[in-house]
Amino acid sequence: MNLTLRIWRQSGPQDKGRMVKYQVDDVSPDMSFLEMLDVLNERLILAGEEPVAFDHDCREGICGMCGLMINGDAHGPQRGTTACQLHMRQFSDGDTIDIEPWRARAFPVIKDLVVNRNAFDTIIAAGGYVTAPTGSAPEAHSVPVAKADADAAFESAACIGCGACVAACPNGSGMLFTAAKVTQLSLLPQGQPERYTRVIGMVDAHDEAGFGGCTNAGECTAVCPKGIPLTTIGRLNRDYLAATTRHADTPGT
Amino acid sequence: MDLFTEGDPIADTRAPDGPIETRWERRRFEAKLVNPANRRKMTVIVVGTGLAGGSAAATLAEQGYRVRSYCYQDSPRRAHSIAAQGGINAAKNYRNDGDSVHRLFYDTVKGGDFRSRESNVHRLAEVSVNIIDQCVAQGVPFAREYGGLLDTRSFGGAQVQRTFYARGQTGQQLLLGAYQALERQIGLGNVEMNARHEMLELIVVDGKARGIVVRDMVTGEITTEFADAVVLASGGYGNVFYLSTNAKGCNVTATWRAHRKGAYFANPCYTQIHPTCIPVSGDHQSKLTLMSESLRNDGRVWVPKAKDDDRAPRDIAEDERDYYLERIYPSFGNLVPRDIASRAAKNVCDEGRGVGPTKLGVYLDFADAIGRLGRKAIEAKYGNLFEMYERITGEDPYEVPMRIYPAVHYTMGGLWVDYDLQSTIPGLFVIGEANFSDHGANRLGASALMQGLADGYFVLPNTVANYLAAGPLEKVDATHPAAVEARRDVEDRIQRLLAVDGDRTVDSFHRELGQIMWEHCGMERSEAGLRKAIDEIRALRDQFWQRVRVPGNGEGLNQSLEKAGRVADFFELAELMCIDALHREESCGGHFRAEHQTPEGEAQRDDDRFAYVAAWEFTATGEPSVLHKEDLNFEYVHPTQRSYK
Repeated sequence: MNLTLRIWRQSGPQDKGRMVKYQVDDVSPDMSFLEMLDVLNERLILAGEEPVAFDHDCREGICGMCGLMINGDAHGPQRGTTACQLHMRQFSDGDTIDIEPWRARAFPVIKDLVVNRNAFDTIIAAGGYVTAPTGSAPEAHSVPVAKADADAAFESAACIGCGACVAACPNGSGMLFTAAKVTQLSLLPQGQPERYTRVIGMVDAHDEAGFGGCTNAGECTAVCPKGIPLTTIGRLNRDYLAATTRHADTPGT
Repeated sequence: MDLFTEGDPIADTRAPDGPIETRWERRRFEAKLVNPANRRKMTVIVVGTGLAGGSAAATLAEQGYRVRSYCYQDSPRRAHSIAAQGGINAAKNYRNDGDSVHRLFYDTVKGGDFRSRESNVHRLAEVSVNIIDQCVAQGVPFAREYGGLLDTRSFGGAQVQRTFYARGQTGQQLLLGAYQALERQIGLGNVEMNARHEMLELIVVDGKARGIVVRDMVTGEITTEFADAVVLASGGYGNVFYLSTNAKGCNVTATWRAHRKGAYFANPCYTQIHPTCIPVSGDHQSKLTLMSESLRNDGRVWVPKAKDDDRAPRDIAEDERDYYLERIYPSFGNLVPRDIASRAAKNVCDEGRGVGPTKLGVYLDFADAIGRLGRKAIEAKYGNLFEMYERITGEDPYEVPMRIYPAVHYTMGGLWVDYDLQSTIPGLFVIGEANFSDHGANRLGASALMQGLADGYFVLPNTVANYLAAGPLEKVDATHPAAVEARRDVEDRIQRLLAVDGDRTVDSFHRELGQIMWEHCGMERSEAGLRKAIDEIRALRDQFWQRVRVPGNGEGLNQSLEKAGRVADFFELAELMCIDALHREESCGGHFRAEHQTPEGEAQRDDDRFAYVAAWEFTATGEPSVLHKEDLNFEYVHPTQRSYK
């Protein structure tokens, strides 16, 4: 099939950026979306033009490195699918496709479709862990975990940190990302000792990094390639409330 | 000109002697310690943030060392360990099915076709149990039974259920555990994290590894970084084949640059071709996707009995199907080790019985399992894998059997290390897939995650201390002649790549190199094919340096430049892989030489001539490498012809 692409080109953080039109012909429906971009880039290089910079690595939907706004949808039209797993059979001959980077205050553009997502790491560093230095662990079976809790924790732990939630949110909020980690760890017995310090640390880091607040728009969960539910944000709010009221003066309880 | 010369054998691997189950304990006791107050004054560089590098950086920082960590991705959480699906082995024996440290040790040595070092493998089996404890304590959400205890499943090459898992995302969950421990140390100021940085050279001062040259991939700035010890955890080199299950960015540059500076490269020809991957669909293909080996627990592998049978799979009656793994290997059936399953798939396709549009595929059929357990149970176990298969192929595996074919997945070879995981350059340690250490000629499923975390959490932090305790080392900075030279080499290389300005893209060269390697150094190798490959690689490498086009400049983000540097190193590695494969006139594990097979077509080892590790020393570009042999002695697991029948 033959496609028209309109791609965001921006040479660096200082450049204003613009949409540039490209024609790509003979696209196979079995190609992945990124393979289609590879074809375009090969052609641009041979024509003496700068190829389009975009982030990608595993190309199997798990590393979270790729992230494109495709026709205004984070990761494109197919639900539960990262851009790298999106295949061209989802499009039709003659389509025009707009491709843009994540746009959010906390994710500044580096070049073309590549953005800086370090803010996510900063949120994890502020509490998204269990303090368990190597060697200190008790025998794994000493603390059973109810299967329902383990399964629910896993659902939240499936987050790949791609940032689609932030890109889709009208406020540029990173709350779904933050809530996914808070939920995973607060469901497990291992996460209890730091439960309330964690949620405060992570939410503070989230706000300081320039993410917007959550207004329950729900766009985040609609585009999440791993289907992280909105209920995680409810759980975060409950923990946050508990942390700032009941537990404010009695750390560790 | 000879392809290589032979040097002195490697006499000492620094493994303690005595009963094998006491060796690691003795090593830890005899290792010198560093006083906590002095640890703060010592810096360790860790390159790579996968299971090995992430866990090592976090653990070293917890112990009080200053750590500087580097990765090429935009975040340490994205290292390719994240893509591991199936599980992690540990000798917990929670199933009471006869497992033990000794059995895991035995299975791993046998699975590796008797080409690994007994002392190292035993240590791996010992610490496997600690890994599970550690990960559970971190909040890794492993699959659990209704009683709240951990669930396990079977994997290839074993008859016990010792594989712990987190649905089909075990690597992701283990890596996030290590990543979170690492982020905690970053937050505490104990680790300086440098994402989007690529190591392009090793700095060796007075014979010791003292630092690295890195390029900031965003600004293009090249800097020299210094430490008391350098740890490479930069993964494997499967991308030399262009098409593999590795991430697109996976590369050999860090280990290859260290090899050129004096670190021996061991067993480069030992590569693992994974039997269950989604077949190639066309020329545009940029990578191959694995379908977890765990699927072989419930899926049955078959092809039609007749050649060129183009009927739909459901139209082929039961008695017209050949469940060839169950037929040839009745005791292990669909769960034979990876090398055996891959070669069997190749054989049936070579006979003309392959399926799918390219005829390079076999069926992996879940109809029986769905009938026996119900669709819901299969969904719970493999739901995400089935969805992934459908997204890529457009076919629903609940209705139509999956089509699978082998693909390059893992490299058992890597930088040679001693028992302490130290390379032949003092102060340079190598962990995880980047070293050659534990898997011999074939890695068993669910053992890569085990080895990465064993090295990073438990082995390296002990052995690196022993090295650092001999310090402190003299201070080195950017003005040291060795650093100036290393930096200049990197800058010259980048300028050379940019200056060619030819008429072919980096990817076109990489694809062609991959085709040569897949054809001649893939699932089956022969003397004639390997000699041809060596000639073709050399010719293509010359073309590369005359005709490659790298657009843009070295300042700022330039993904073509990054690729060009990696492919240039793949060319040099590819030649060494073929030489290693050519010199090893036997078949073992993933290395199958057409000339060396049993009458039944199984790998025929030659223990009298080849029971050694081939460790290659770099001499000069274009000059023959020097082969050093490390003899393998088997005191506990007696080498036999592997049988899974």
